[in-house]
Amino acid sequence: LPAAVLLKDTKLMDVKLGQLGTWLAMRDFTPSGILGAMQRGYTRYYNKYINVRKGGLGGISMVLAGYIVLSYMWSYSHVKHDRRRKYH
Amino acid sequence: RALCPLVPSAPAALRALPPPVAVGVLHTTRPLHTTQQSLAPVPPLPEKGGEVRHGLIPEEFFQFLYPKTGVTGPYMLGTGLLLYLLSKEIYVINHETAAAACILTVIVYGIKKFGPGVAAFADKLNEEKIASALAMKNEAIQTLQTAIEDEKKEQWRAEGSNYLFDAKRNNIAMLLETNYRERLLMVYNEVKKRLDYQVAMQNLKRQKEQDHMIQWVEKNVVQSITPQQQKESIAKCILDLKALSKSAHAAV
Repeated sequence: LPAAVLLKDTKLMDVKLGQLGTWLAMRDFTPSGILGAMQRGYTRYYNKYINVRKGGLGGISMVLAGYIVLSYMWSYSHVKHDRRRKYH
Repeated sequence: RALCPLVPSAPAALRALPPPVAVGVLHTTRPLHTTQQSLAPVPPLPEKGGEVRHGLIPEEFFQFLYPKTGVTGPYMLGTGLLLYLLSKEIYVINHETAAAACILTVIVYGIKKFGPGVAAFADKLNEEKIASALAMKNEAIQTLQTAIEDEKKEQWRAEGSNYLFDAKRNNIAMLLETNYRERLLMVYNEVKKRLDYQVAMQNLKRQKEQDHMIQWVEKNVVQSITPQQQKESIAKCILDLKALSKSAHAAV
């Protein structure tokens, strides 16, 4: 009988689609929890792409691309006025 | 000495006592060493980072879509997404698009041309750092090795001190022997001197007694020769001489 892993401890990729709502609700949303999650994400990215012997271009270019996309999203309301068609 | 007979061999005596009660009972209520140790030796850095295709999209995305859509799946997804963004004008084409296109062209051209050179330079810097650190480590190991060798040599030398002590003991024995014999000789000489003195005293005393007696006898004899006797002896001598001269004349 395989040990039943609690829903709380499963990783995101192993969560079934129907359980997504419950899984999200069980996450830790306290400030320290959020900070911890950000720290974990940063450490994972850093150790995978930057903290290596022969680092490549992808490490920083992905960060820059993400920044470009984010800043486009923030300035969309201003860019909207340059559209060629008003209705789509 | 009689009150504390164990003093010369205290450690051995202490070891012979029964062990205290606490030995063998671990005073803990929680398990030890359950987590992995996080200190040295630190694992080495991975050789290459995560694979990124076209510099923008991690390889994991392509592997994620491969079972369902094959090799062209992600590209189809990308094309469809791009057309959707353009047609719905979620991505608006304006002056910034032209600027972005020019900048991206220059950037891509620069990376394709100078990328390997810069990579080689950075690798060389890294190599030098690693080589210097490795050299320090090897040097430290070497120093410790030589220290071990020297320590062994010192231990070997300490063994030779036994011979040194034997030689010193021999020296001291010889000194003691020499001293003893010197004193023996001195005693002999002193005793001989005293005995010689006694002998000389006795000889001197006898000699003095002899001389004195001879002198006294002579003096008395000379005193006892009266003038009368002296004349008679001289006349006798003259007569003897005459008789002798007659016999001598006759012989000639």
